[in-house]
Amino acid sequence: MADKIYRVNMKDLSYKIEEVPEEWMGLGGRGLTSTIIYEEVDPECHPLGPNNKMVFAPGLLSGTPAANSGRNSLGAKSPLTGGIKESNVGGTSAQIFAKLGVKALIIEGIPEDDSTFYHLHVTREKVEFEKVPELVGKNNFEVLDTMLEKYDKKVAVMTIGRPGEMRMPIANVSVKDPEGKFRSHGRGGLGAVMGSKKIKVITVDAEKYKETIIADSEKFKAANKVFAKSLLDHPVSGQALPAFGTDVLVNILNEAGGLPSRNFRSGNSENAEYISGETMAETIKSRNGKTTHGCHAGCIIQCSQVYNDKEGNYLTSGFEYETIWALGAHTGIKDLDMIAKMDALMDDIGIDSIETGITLGVAVDAGILEYGDGERAYELIKEVNNGTPIGRIIGGGTGNLGKLYGLTRVPVVKNQGIPAYEPRAVKGQGVSYATTPMGADHTTGYAVATNILRVGGYIDPLKKDGQLELSRNLQISTAFIDSTGMCIFVAFSVLDNPDTMPALVDMINARFDINLTGEDVMEFGKTILKREIEFNRKAGLNSAHDRLPEFMKYEPLPPHNVVWDFTNEELDSVLDF
Amino acid sequence: MNKTIEITVKLFAHYRENKFKVQNRTYPEGTTVRDVIDDTGIDIEKFPVGILLANGRHIDEEYVLKDSDVLAIFPKVGGG
Repeated sequence: MADKIYRVNMKDLSYKIEEVPEEWMGLGGRGLTSTIIYEEVDPECHPLGPNNKMVFAPGLLSGTPAANSGRNSLGAKSPLTGGIKESNVGGTSAQIFAKLGVKALIIEGIPEDDSTFYHLHVTREKVEFEKVPELVGKNNFEVLDTMLEKYDKKVAVMTIGRPGEMRMPIANVSVKDPEGKFRSHGRGGLGAVMGSKKIKVITVDAEKYKETIIADSEKFKAANKVFAKSLLDHPVSGQALPAFGTDVLVNILNEAGGLPSRNFRSGNSENAEYISGETMAETIKSRNGKTTHGCHAGCIIQCSQVYNDKEGNYLTSGFEYETIWALGAHTGIKDLDMIAKMDALMDDIGIDSIETGITLGVAVDAGILEYGDGERAYELIKEVNNGTPIGRIIGGGTGNLGKLYGLTRVPVVKNQGIPAYEPRAVKGQGVSYATTPMGADHTTGYAVATNILRVGGYIDPLKKDGQLELSRNLQISTAFIDSTGMCIFVAFSVLDNPDTMPALVDMINARFDINLTGEDVMEFGKTILKREIEFNRKAGLNSAHDRLPEFMKYEPLPPHNVVWDFTNEELDSVLDF
Repeated sequence: MNKTIEITVKLFAHYRENKFKVQNRTYPEGTTVRDVIDDTGIDIEKFPVGILLANGRHIDEEYVLKDSDVLAIFPKVGGG
């Protein structure tokens, strides 16, 4: 059976199962969520009002045997940035949606009776609505346990915690992973949008799904073989990520002077060794944890891990560089166990660990906590979950906290916190942070690869030369990759191995019996970016918002003593196509 | 007698296995990064050299070290 669009209206708790319009056929993931938001959502709508929509869409290759294709996209107008948002996640939802034949799940409206929250259950035939007052105020793991008692254990689960119910701009949408833990649609406050629609949890039937149909399975298999081999052959995706996880970046950025420290006062941190990937890997091994672990079935990179506490009991997984940077180098907490404890708490209450960590570092400048005080930081995260006034202030995110305390050193673009890579010392990444329609998001044009890691060639991170073009090309190809369901870490191989991208395109062609070319891919990426930029422009975000915080222009960053020195004209040229 | 230089060598990721994290080492003047790589005996067959930094700036294996340089040697690694 052909894929369908599942459209839910919360106003009257109704649903429709629609044919996929011709022009959406070749779209998936970010390409589809951004197109639907662009076509159907009034850019001037309040993100938490009745006219915003949430769109879930698996990637074009999700649900197939393609390696690393299990990412699911969620799009909406963001309550954090006020612009369009796509946030993608591992876990099990992409594959289950795809195998069930759900091309996209669109959620519209707000219930007339807003006295409680709802549970939505999606099956092939229908969408069921159930009031769940007993789940209101519950944390994610308790909600997950309740769903696993009710359904087959493979059921897809997407849930919000209390901060989502309270519509805080740092709330995420948490998604069950294959191990029964959580992955997150982290950035942009999409949990608040789900909360505004009075949805506590969405489940998707995993019992009656069919295998995804592949038009030419021989061609598909051959292409997947080349693709998978290219990922395993690349030293980053084949060796380093499985051994050390993403946290391996701490020492590299620190050595290169690009690790933002003490709220962007230096490019070096005295805590680097304590929080490094090397230290993490040693700690994990000594406690019988796992250094290799996948966030979704079919992942062959296995960058995730299982991090145990001193007693050898499970503490957290999906323990990523950006979170560890935010709490470790930016907020000054050098105890990796304490950071892991906070990571686990954030998973349970459903908040973006990147935005929360950046906010806490700025809260140090506001005098709310001492630099390095992990106990206090942990308590503050609990305050977020309790919705106390100070919890609401942290829960408002970096930009809002900065305003409330009259600060100028506020690392945000489009009101979203800048993660883990110093724009002044990794200039290509700075260009991506400034110009992406998503607000400061490290995944949208990962120039760190070429500036710091020497993947895809080398462009000096401290100089302007070549950065605009680098960021442009990365942003275009990422918009495409985000539409395929592929994990962004396939990009290392795409950048270095000429066989990887053609194999990826061949898999899409074999799946749908179409004839995409390499040139089409770039046009595809541009088209998606144009729609996102157009939405933002109509929402009131213009070129003046494609800028980094002003302090970066006049404060030289040690150790290289560099400032942010791109002109407005240069930045405006990046996505002007 | 030939002049010597004192440098700090830092190893990362796989290169640390059975080696060291950081050491001050003495070499003759004119020593290149490649000489240091050979001298440390890190396993570049299994883990090819990825990133070389001297005093926080990217360099290549031909770079001639100066007294008090801090040299960081990483295999091909990445994240995001």
